[in-house]
Amino acid sequence: MKELQDLAAKLLAEKTVGLVIGWEQGPRGARPAFVADPKDAGRLIFDNRCVHNLAAYLSPRRPHLRGFGRIAVAVKGCDVRAVAGLVRESQLKREDVVLLGVRCGGVHDEPTDAGPLTAENLADRCVGCEVREPPRCDHVLGELPPAPPSRDGRRAGRIAELDALDHAARFAFWRQELSRCVRCNACRQVCPLCTCERCLADKTDPPWIESSPHTRANFAWHATRALHLAGRCVDCGECERACPAGIPLNLIGRKVAAVVERRFGYRTTDDPQVPAPIGAWKPDDGQEFIR
Amino acid sequence: MSEATTSTETTAGTFEPRIQAFVCNWCTYTGADLAGTSRIPMAPNVRIIRLPCTGRIDTLFILKAFERGADGVIVSGCHPNDCHYAAGNFHARRRFAVFRELIDFLGLDPDRITFSWVSASEGKKWSEIVNDTTERIRRMGPFSAYRGLAGRTP
Ligand code: SF4
Ligand code: SF4
Ligand code: SF4
Repeated sequence: MKELQDLAAKLLAEKTVGLVIGWEQGPRGARPAFVADPKDAGRLIFDNRCVHNLAAYLSPRRPHLRGFGRIAVAVKGCDVRAVAGLVRESQLKREDVVLLGVRCGGVHDEPTDAGPLTAENLADRCVGCEVREPPRCDHVLGELPPAPPSRDGRRAGRIAELDALDHAARFAFWRQELSRCVRCNACRQVCPLCTCERCLADKTDPPWIESSPHTRANFAWHATRALHLAGRCVDCGECERACPAGIPLNLIGRKVAAVVERRFGYRTTDDPQVPAPIGAWKPDDGQEFIR
Repeated sequence: MSEATTSTETTAGTFEPRIQAFVCNWCTYTGADLAGTSRIPMAPNVRIIRLPCTGRIDTLFILKAFERGADGVIVSGCHPNDCHYAAGNFHARRRFAVFRELIDFLGLDPDRITFSWVSASEGKKWSEIVNDTTERIRRMGPFSAYRGLAGRTP
């Protein structure tokens, strides 16, 4: 991707930015790349293995990167929503970043996967994507690849199956899944919107969320995490991809997103001016559950 | 809350639910007080924790109560437009709405929780909330499924 490499080198040489964050070829597939020297810009790539949402590196939890000054970051159309989330919540000034939007034809589930995309190996969030042409970017690069193969979303189907169960059966399912959580916090660290410098889960006095990886503590952790991300999660899928225990975290995230959309008419957006739904309210919000 | 860990199941097989209420200072707590001073009969199963506002009721309080032995929870505050802090209950209402559906999805029956608006003059309504919730939780049985999950503390 010569266009991306040339632009990165130019931005660095002109000192428009102090750092370019993109993707490069690693020993096991694509991986995030950090380029501060224009001579290294040739490392940058973009293809269907570049699944990482690099907006996570713009989080205020990464002050060492902010030390580079202005940062240029390569983003797919969907990643722009995470940048918008940070701007919306005053965690990032839009003028402090240069967004290098890459036209996208869908990505694999894992950066270690290779080969052409099929209905089988396409990441679920790419199904029905409407932002293959990245919005609100400073530069938009590359040719628009063909649309990814179409199929039904897998998670929507799985959520409907779970919804159809009774409480005991759903509880049994999640007890089994969440019992495997080792509380490594990878799901939090990788998330572009888990911006708290001190997470509630790290507070031990009082221990609102027990830090030991017991199933009950894990329920409290995941319920809390999901609620803190309600109306903020951008469905990048990074939490589920990072999870070493293979817990289907996106099922929870998608469920909450559907609730937020149904109740408050809000869908995650790349427009930072639209207020987040939790933190806003309307006098006539539904309250059929309140006596 | 740490004291509220003893079992609620008696050897005779009868079950007295333990219900934790989180209420706001300005409306529901005053309403509950009125119910008391008016000597309205009420189930003795409810313990009250008073907070400044429903906006201060973190949903983690609810999970913590279940963790530490509650079989049911009541969350109550001022009616819409009556909040002492103007909008605390409006903020809380959105969070509660999402929380309810979230725990439902995780397999925890949201009927374990009563959400209500009770004003300072609604002593009668408070007594109904208390009695109805106690009866409902009595029918549902102890919430041992949740507190019995593996945990660090008993
Ligand atoms: S919760 Fe997961 S899917 Fe949502 S923004 Fe965070 S990392 Fe992405
Ligand atoms: S889980 Fe909640 S408290 Fe922890 S970092 Fe994420 S948003 Fe912040
Ligand atoms: S990444 Fe997976 S194992 Fe680690 S804390 Fe998150 S859910 Fe638990």
